[in-house]
Amino acid sequence: MTSIDDSNKEKLRSVSVDLNNDTSLLIDIPDALCERDKVKFTVHTKTTLSTFQKPDFSVPRQHEDFIWLHDALVETEDYAGLIIPPAPPKPDFEGPREKMHKLGEGESTMTKEEYTKMKQELEAEYLAVFKKTVQVHEVFLQRLSSHPVLSKDRNFQIFLEYDQDLSVRRKNAKEMFGGFFKNMVKSADEVLISGIKEVDDFFEQEKTFLLDYFSKIKDSTAKAEKMTRSHKNIADDYIHISATLNSICAEDSTPNKKNLEKLSDLFERLRKVEGRVASDQELKLTELLRYYMRDIQAAKDLLYRRARALVDYENSNKALDKARLKGKDIAQAEDHQRQCLQKFDKLSESAKKELTSFKGRRVVAFRKNLIEMAELEIKHAKNNVSLLQGCVDLLKTN
Amino acid sequence: MADTARDPPPDRTDFHEVEDGEDLFPEPSAAPESQPASLSAVDISTNSNGPKQDSFFDDDNEDLFAEATEEVSLDSPERDVLLSDGPSPAITPITPPTSVITPRIGHQHDDMFTHSSFDEIEEEEGGDSFDINISVSDPEKIGDGMNAYMAYKVTTKTSMSLFKQRDFSVKRRFSDFLGLHGKLASKYLHIGYIVPPAPEKSIVGMTKVKVGKEDQSSNEFVEKRRSALERYLMRTVKHPILLKDPDVLQFLESTELPRAVNTQALSSAGILRMVNKAADAVNKMTIKMNESDAWFEEKQQHFENLDVQLKKLHASVESLVCHRKELSVNTAQFAKSAAMLGNSEDHTALSRALSQLAEVEEKIDQLHQDQANADLYLFSELLGDYVRLISAVKGVFDQRMKTWQKWQDSQMLLQKKREAEAKLQFTNKPDKLQQAKDEIKELEGKVQQGERDFEQISKTIRREVSRFEKERVKDFKMIIVKYLESLVQTQQQLIKYWEAFLPEAKAIS
Repeated sequence: MTSIDDSNKEKLRSVSVDLNNDTSLLIDIPDALCERDKVKFTVHTKTTLSTFQKPDFSVPRQHEDFIWLHDALVETEDYAGLIIPPAPPKPDFEGPREKMHKLGEGESTMTKEEYTKMKQELEAEYLAVFKKTVQVHEVFLQRLSSHPVLSKDRNFQIFLEYDQDLSVRRKNAKEMFGGFFKNMVKSADEVLISGIKEVDDFFEQEKTFLLDYFSKIKDSTAKAEKMTRSHKNIADDYIHISATLNSICAEDSTPNKKNLEKLSDLFERLRKVEGRVASDQELKLTELLRYYMRDIQAAKDLLYRRARALVDYENSNKALDKARLKGKDIAQAEDHQRQCLQKFDKLSESAKKELTSFKGRRVVAFRKNLIEMAELEIKHAKNNVSLLQGCVDLLKTN
Repeated sequence: MADTARDPPPDRTDFHEVEDGEDLFPEPSAAPESQPASLSAVDISTNSNGPKQDSFFDDDNEDLFAEATEEVSLDSPERDVLLSDGPSPAITPITPPTSVITPRIGHQHDDMFTHSSFDEIEEEEGGDSFDINISVSDPEKIGDGMNAYMAYKVTTKTSMSLFKQRDFSVKRRFSDFLGLHGKLASKYLHIGYIVPPAPEKSIVGMTKVKVGKEDQSSNEFVEKRRSALERYLMRTVKHPILLKDPDVLQFLESTELPRAVNTQALSSAGILRMVNKAADAVNKMTIKMNESDAWFEEKQQHFENLDVQLKKLHASVESLVCHRKELSVNTAQFAKSAAMLGNSEDHTALSRALSQLAEVEEKIDQLHQDQANADLYLFSELLGDYVRLISAVKGVFDQRMKTWQKWQDSQMLLQKKREAEAKLQFTNKPDKLQQAKDEIKELEGKVQQGERDFEQISKTIRREVSRFEKERVKDFKMIIVKYLESLVQTQQQLIKYWEAFLPEAKAIS
């Protein structure tokens, strides 16, 4: 297990952009295609490493390919002591699609202008979901490329390079591993790790912390999402209000006409700002929480694996005792026990490093995003103030 | 016999619809030409005024004033007695009393003299400038159970000479307001005045209050109602004619007010009201008016469209209120969740920052709640008011149609009678012939009156609509500015909160 040197530490820091710093292996997803339910990502690699056949190449990949890669890494015993970056979630266009459907149904109740604006809003939302999913898949790959150990993984290389359809290889892989380890881990559950007698203070603390933190952050993510949705709803209301004011204004011939015009215009601008508040809050807060929720799950998985290794070690101890009693196969048992201990120690050492750097990474990411969110909130509020105050002044002088 | 020598009735301001082609206070210029010979025979009370007029009316009461409300006089001792007793469904032939009516002797005019006397009223207003402020406050639950009701304190502050005092208050309940509106509607609607509509009844809302459920929704209901009643009174007194109505004055000033029982939905008057409303709706569909006046056609269309648009806008704003309330609730929930997250966080600085975030979000949720209230009470309620006002305006246009219809009906009947009379000419029935001639005379008067009424109401409506539109612009602008300023305040607070949080976030190390 190589030590994480400073430059690597830098790479592991924030959730998003800063990951792609090592010029020896640069990965990005420059574009993606959306066909019905399927998203096709173009994974582009630029590398100076000799392990790759070409210095610059691209391959098309689907979401399932990413999952395959993630599972392959999880199943690799050598990486048992590492936090495997969480798999990107499946692209979910259900939300905007449903809204688009509802909009279509309600088309007759709105003016043409209103309908167009709502459609624009929805298309923007669709695009936002699209961008988010691209980003989250990109980050996954970049986390891997910046990890000193994982970046050298064979499957990772295949993923980046193999210029044919991966689904063939995926099927083989499934047969090989059979998802055995994963299923074991999943069912092992908190019962396993909470039931283990922990000798190490560090891990005891981490266990308590991670279990608790996970449930709290899951809750926060859900609540943040609800907040964002309310902002979006308000932005939609502003669209309707602006459109209706416009209709009233068109009919009006009193001096009120100018006022109505200004008001309609104001609400149109307000809704744009509100929309941005919603999307910024989503990116900086909701997405942050969501990402770290998944990351903490990955850390929990690491703890599960360590716990299993401990169980194996304890079992091997018991087996050794039994063998000594019986007087049979003692050497075998000793060997086995030694191996288990080795594995456990190696895992523990790696896990400690990973968890410590994970904390650092998390703190930095939170800091960055919270600062950015606060700054954006201030910017949008200031924008709102100037829009509103401008309108008030115009109305008063009229 | 000339009627020019008649003096104006001393201190008497009784009015009634003039029948038989006779003016109570005849215009000298028009009189000699238009008065048919038979008038002198009918002309009774030429020598004395006052009491005799009463008897004149009484004789006809059975026929003409079948459902009349009592006449109103502004003499103070009789005032309390003779105020109109609430909404009567039929169109009553009562013209509204005004504080000063002098017959138009020497004034040439072809419309109802009351019209120009109203003009005079408005001129007079110039002297006593509009300075009155009414507030409705201190909702107080009186009684228990299903008989309980809310009493509101109505405080008037004014410097106008119309009132006995400068600063006074009375206790009123919701049905009192409805009663006032009913009286005003019965007096003014049918001649084309836009009477501000009273706030709506709400059985659900009121029941909650009655059974003593003290929660946010019932508090909101009471507050909505209180502020609606206040706006209603202010709109009513802003109308120069309504301000001086004795019912209005009594409402504002009298300590005791007779219970307006006819306002209950299930009372006989209530049911009669509903029946009449239905009848009106049917009539509206059947009346095909030949609109000769483009102005009316245009305005009617305009108000129809405005009605639709305002309802839509109102619905959107109600949706906004709802979503903003949701935002407030969701923010509060997030704040709690963030606080728990902060507690769970083991990195000290981040933990503190998360706790701070939770505090900020908690303050923000209160901000959103306050904004939702402003959305509701300033914007949404204003729109609700205007939706109802537009209905009142549309109602006034409908009254004009009714007046036209009445005129047309009289004309048709006159035509028939003329034809009948022509037939009778060839028979030897002098009595019947005379009767026919009398009836024709009567009808001719009716037709003339009908035409005058129609022109009067048209003129009144034109004036009312222009006053209404001016008021609307002022009103709307004022409240919208207030609403926008509330939005400004919210945003400025947001800036403060986030700026306070920023250093906390930066302090994470």
